[in-house]
Amino acid sequence: MVENRPLLTLFSHLVLILGVLVVAFPIWITFVASSHDAVRMTQVPLPLLPGSHFFDNLWQALTEGVGNVKEVSVGTMLLNSLAMALMISIGKIAISLLSAYAIVYFRFPFRMGFFWMIFITLMLPVEVRILPTFKVVADLGMLNNYWGLSIPLIASATATFMFRQVFLTIPDELLEAARIDGAGPLRFFADILVPMSRTNIAALFVIMFIYGWNQYLWPLLITQDKDMYTIVMSIKQMTEASEESPEWHMIMMTTLLAMIPPVVVVVTMQKLFVKGLTETEK
Amino acid sequence: MLKRVHFPPSVLPYLLVAPQVAITIVFFIWPASQALYQSLLLEDAFGLSTKFVWFENFTALFSDDQYLDAFKRTFVFSLSVAVVSMSAALLLAVMADRVIKGTTAYRTLLIWPYAVAPAVAGALWMFLFDPTLGIVAYVFDMLGYTSWNFRLNGNEAMVLVVLAAAWKQISYNFLFFLAGMQAIPKSLIEAAAIDGAGPGRRFWTIVFPLLSPTTFFLLVINMVYAFFETFGIIHAVTKGGPAKATEILVFKVYNDGFVGLDLGSSAAQSVILMAIVIGLTVIQFRYIERKVEY
Repeated sequence: MVENRPLLTLFSHLVLILGVLVVAFPIWITFVASSHDAVRMTQVPLPLLPGSHFFDNLWQALTEGVGNVKEVSVGTMLLNSLAMALMISIGKIAISLLSAYAIVYFRFPFRMGFFWMIFITLMLPVEVRILPTFKVVADLGMLNNYWGLSIPLIASATATFMFRQVFLTIPDELLEAARIDGAGPLRFFADILVPMSRTNIAALFVIMFIYGWNQYLWPLLITQDKDMYTIVMSIKQMTEASEESPEWHMIMMTTLLAMIPPVVVVVTMQKLFVKGLTETEK
Repeated sequence: MLKRVHFPPSVLPYLLVAPQVAITIVFFIWPASQALYQSLLLEDAFGLSTKFVWFENFTALFSDDQYLDAFKRTFVFSLSVAVVSMSAALLLAVMADRVIKGTTAYRTLLIWPYAVAPAVAGALWMFLFDPTLGIVAYVFDMLGYTSWNFRLNGNEAMVLVVLAAAWKQISYNFLFFLAGMQAIPKSLIEAAAIDGAGPGRRFWTIVFPLLSPTTFFLLVINMVYAFFETFGIIHAVTKGGPAKATEILVFKVYNDGFVGLDLGSSAAQSVILMAIVIGLTVIQFRYIERKVEY
């Protein structure tokens, strides 16, 4: 702050508060909608204040299905999403740590070849190679299971780059010291490198968890079996009610449940989240 | 690149890179090369025979008005998302940079839409703007605009998907703008203030020009986001309709390939998209190399 201008400061706060309200408005409406019953949700105008059916709806969603996805409960979908998000984030971190370690600490033929091969994945988002990738997964018999949902997505150029940067900043003396003490490559990796990069691992985990949780197109292709539906992809099916009008109170409850886990992760681990965001976008 | 002190050659490094490389080859490089190969083939309507047609699929695409329209639409969509989301984020970041109290609280309250999945964001906005029930549609009604229906009107559908996509991206842009502004040395701002420049003048002559690397970086990131990651929004809200009014390129690849089963054309479209991603990635990396240090 350079000069004192109370009016301008007040104006800034007003703009920010307005911004926060606009950003939060859709969520508020979601919460309100999820706390009313079916009858209220067909009367225009829709309520702006929460009703009293929140826990009934929550219970119903967690134990039963919603709309035309009746066969599988939202609780199961949450578990599927959680399993997929964890497998993707942990898988990405594990294989990227290993490959970054090999590329930074070993001299071996084709080292740069492997590096560029990993780099290329950055340029091949799943959206541009939908059909052939689907075919590979189908041929490998990985449709409708957790492996098919996660493994094809766990290659990560960004994570490999990030760990490579981290390893490059670790002083050479550490490796020399470790070798004098008789540590082999695996020992050095497990006892020194991994502990030293744990904040980066955590930051990356936050970003990758959100990435995994929010996958949409991939689960849509891979899961024909309703037991494997993830929560994010199922919402669309629910809004596409065939004959009756969509049950908005239950759909909004599902929507709320679909966004709570990643939002909680971002808000509670804000520092790590910001770190992960700025470090992976390089 | 390589540590000065490193381990002697052995099979270990191969074992270490093996998982990543295996997944890359099986799920990235092989499918991508299949897409390349497929894009040169033409399959008959029953899938009984295929023949090699060189670049016919590509020339067909570029003489197809529908495809060219989808191209234009995608650019309009991406640019709108980038402009709406970046200007909102810049305004908020400028304000958050000004206030002394509460910056962290505002940041916390503004960053969480990042965590919301595109498809979920789409569902939220669709509910708000639902022609019969939505609250915003109700407000429109009261204001005398009774004909709002994004399920019938293409322009309205476009506005809705742009809003939903931009809303989700505000957090990201806000964080980067705020960080960019906080990196500008206070001495510059103070010197300008001593010379008699007011807050508005200081913003346009000092802060905004110094933010240009951040702005450019965000523009590229937002374009990439709008090109590829908004599939969920489009699929959940409009399915590319009404009458293809919101059919962006990524959605068209999916639709022609999975729904229309036109493999050659879908593969050719994939290849064009790959070229676009490669172009954008190159721009992004070249920019990073010449990153301006304050």
